[in-house]
Amino acid sequence: MIVELTAGLILLMIAGALVAIETRNLLSAVVSVGAVGYLLSVAFLFLGAPDIAITQIVVEILCLVILIRATISRDLTSISGDRELIGLLASLALLLVVTVVVILTAAYFPEFGAAVMDRVAGAPSRTYLLDGLEKTGAANSVTAVLLDFRAYDTLGEATVLFCSILGALTVLRRRARKKPEEDA
Amino acid sequence: MAAEGGMSLVVKTVTRWLKGLIFLFGMYIMIYGHLTPGGGFAGGVICASAFILITLAYGAPEAYRHLPRGAAEKLDSFGALTFLIIALLGLWFAGVFFRNFIGTSPESHFRLTSAGVIVPCNLAIGLKVLSSLFLVFVMLSALHIIVSGEGRRRIERRRHTP
Repeated sequence: MIVELTAGLILLMIAGALVAIETRNLLSAVVSVGAVGYLLSVAFLFLGAPDIAITQIVVEILCLVILIRATISRDLTSISGDRELIGLLASLALLLVVTVVVILTAAYFPEFGAAVMDRVAGAPSRTYLLDGLEKTGAANSVTAVLLDFRAYDTLGEATVLFCSILGALTVLRRRARKKPEEDA
Repeated sequence: MAAEGGMSLVVKTVTRWLKGLIFLFGMYIMIYGHLTPGGGFAGGVICASAFILITLAYGAPEAYRHLPRGAAEKLDSFGALTFLIIALLGLWFAGVFFRNFIGTSPESHFRLTSAGVIVPCNLAIGLKVLSSLFLVFVMLSALHIIVSGEGRRRIERRRHTP
């Protein structure tokens, strides 16, 4: 049941992505990308990952707001001209290569829903799930992994976010400083 | 207070009712991240979206009245530093970087206080994400990429002058 539902959602996501690529209107493309994101969050919900579903849906809302506001304040919202032949051929060749690789590797995938990291005896993922509550006190095992077992990752992620915000603010501020009245 | 800027009266009224609820929901996701789905990052994004809603409905000046830019920058640095300091306190008290030095006990399971340093870590990350996403959004709108009203008029003027 879950497999069929997820497959349907993935097909809808592919359809949305194709609409986003093929449409001539930039605003429609942005809305289609947003639909792909929302379907992805529903898929996460079906797959039993509410944490990622929440994060996906709020980040999707934020990105959609920024993209739509950026799109409608530009005057050129429709794309004209045909695509180039070389680009089309390159895309088709790449599609062929990726399809062949996916079909060849699909035989080695684990069973649907089986834990990928749990194939070795004494794998840490089993410990995280079984002893997570005892060791960290966090009933949500995702948070237990994020902030206790793998807190280094979270620190690195926070550092990346901090540095990127710092860079963005610096770059954007240099433009704004030329016209002080716009720097509200 | 941008009285004429921003969106229509309906949007402004709904924003006035909803902004506190959205912020409250974000704080709930942040603080209860160790018990229910969610966590610092998701809660921070939800809280930031409350401020972004204010920016969209009223304009940037009203949003700066709620969260001034200097305060947002300080909050960003404060969140990152708090997270690092909690990690270093684990090194100081328990000898291991990121050690949960407050610890946990079986009696406190499924309570707010059960997870030791995870709750302050979630709060620190949430505050950091809140202020940084708000800052990026407002800086982009100061760059006329996302402005409504005044910025578009200014772009129009610039286009008409050769």
